[in-house]
Amino acid sequence: MVNMGPQHPSTHGVLRLRLVLDGETILDAEPILGYLHSSKEKLFETHTYLQCVPVTDRIDYLASMTNNLAISLAIEKLAEIEVPERANYIRVISSELQRLASHCFAQGTLINDMGAWHTPLIYFIKERELILDMFEMVCGARLTYNYIRPGGVSQDLPPEFFPAVGKFLEEFPGRLDEYRGMLWENEIIRARATNVGVLPRDLAISAGVSGPTLRGSGVAWDLRKQDPYCGYERFSFDVPTGTTGDVWDRFAVRFQEMYESIKILSQALEALPPGRFKADVPIVIRPPEGEAYAQVESPRGMLGFYVVSDGGASPWRCHVRAPSFINLTPLREMLIGHKVADAVVIIGSTDIVMGEVDR
Amino acid sequence: MTRALSGEELATAVSPEAVIAVEAGAVFVLPENVAEVCLALRDRQGFDYLLSVTAVDYLDYFDVVYHLLSLSKNESAVLKARLSGRDGLSLPSVVPVWKTADFQEREIYDLLGISFDGHPNLKRIMMWEGFPGHPLRKDFLEFDHRTFAGSGSEGVERG
Repeated sequence: MVNMGPQHPSTHGVLRLRLVLDGETILDAEPILGYLHSSKEKLFETHTYLQCVPVTDRIDYLASMTNNLAISLAIEKLAEIEVPERANYIRVISSELQRLASHCFAQGTLINDMGAWHTPLIYFIKERELILDMFEMVCGARLTYNYIRPGGVSQDLPPEFFPAVGKFLEEFPGRLDEYRGMLWENEIIRARATNVGVLPRDLAISAGVSGPTLRGSGVAWDLRKQDPYCGYERFSFDVPTGTTGDVWDRFAVRFQEMYESIKILSQALEALPPGRFKADVPIVIRPPEGEAYAQVESPRGMLGFYVVSDGGASPWRCHVRAPSFINLTPLREMLIGHKVADAVVIIGSTDIVMGEVDR
Repeated sequence: MTRALSGEELATAVSPEAVIAVEAGAVFVLPENVAEVCLALRDRQGFDYLLSVTAVDYLDYFDVVYHLLSLSKNESAVLKARLSGRDGLSLPSVVPVWKTADFQEREIYDLLGISFDGHPNLKRIMMWEGFPGHPLRKDFLEFDHRTFAGSGSEGVERG
């Protein structure tokens, strides 16, 4: 019996695994969670709806934009707030840039886990830095944005944003092709990823897995297509899926998703209409009594918020449907039979963020 | 778009003896029937995917809320079960129906104190073994963050 974590350079946050080993082979694995639990769902109950938005930033801290978006959609459903068109386009632009930044980080760290050390990681982080600079232009923050609010977004895209994103969209696809050239036929990556950590399709569906982890197992389910929000149905893009559900498929799906995000970004920027960036919403929103559930396709999967209102200034209950938490459900089955070194790669391929797992 | 089944539609999909109340967007079933109803919804109505299972503390009772999804039909539904009182609450686990309930039911047990009969591994998941109480309950007092009148469960006694 070997304990892995909670502090471990390769467990992507404070994930603890209790492994039963026979030599290097994993016979059983039990994830032990809660090291980053900070009672966010309890905090929601004593904060006003607007104050809840920055709390959501810290749930999946590598994709704050989609956290803000999911809770805003739920509050808008509950309080029947209509969002202006320009705000919807800005939301799509923010979400897709966020997806790129998050996937850059996820791919970089995964390749690092496979033993490529930091070179590809730093290349991906360099790309992510460009996106973080753009987010800083838009809302002043690099990681926790508090940008997408109930009713729209907190401020309009500033003039300096457009040349920056234009330049990024011109140059990034070429660099992405370059990275693809280096990584795709790399025999070490292939050897460490093919048939490793297989998640069979039926288990994936029963375990409630979502996002690239689900699509890697061959299920073509993406909320942006199946249940579009913020006008995603207007844009033309594909949803990549895998076949085997191994680490390679999840890696390839995320990689291809980056190309698809670039497509959506170009279309959204081109069609961005003039107008208001936010509806008139009071600072203290008091939605009528009732409940609402809204979800978005975050870089990690289906992120949903179930909000119950008692008519007051705070939610009575606000539950986060956290994809990273739920995606860990079949982890044991994915690890058994593999070596300890593979455990690191398999966890990396599920792209979990402990803030979302533990909340 | 995902089509959300209304309470009425879901009530016809579930066997009539099991439904005790119908809301606009959800159906209430007796807690002891939850596992059978879910099995029927999965096998006969195509709800192959459990999006989320959670619970809400309403002071005099708790509601366990199931958000269901059919990947094949692109439909969603909400199922609820009401447990009266605050102590010794339990209902059947739906882990045999959808494996995803494993961690989510453990979270409800840990944070809200509701037990799930038949759960393969019912133990705390966020808090440590031996933690006193169930933190997400309304009577679990913590630092009062309220900055606004009317924010935060005004009817509940706070420390």
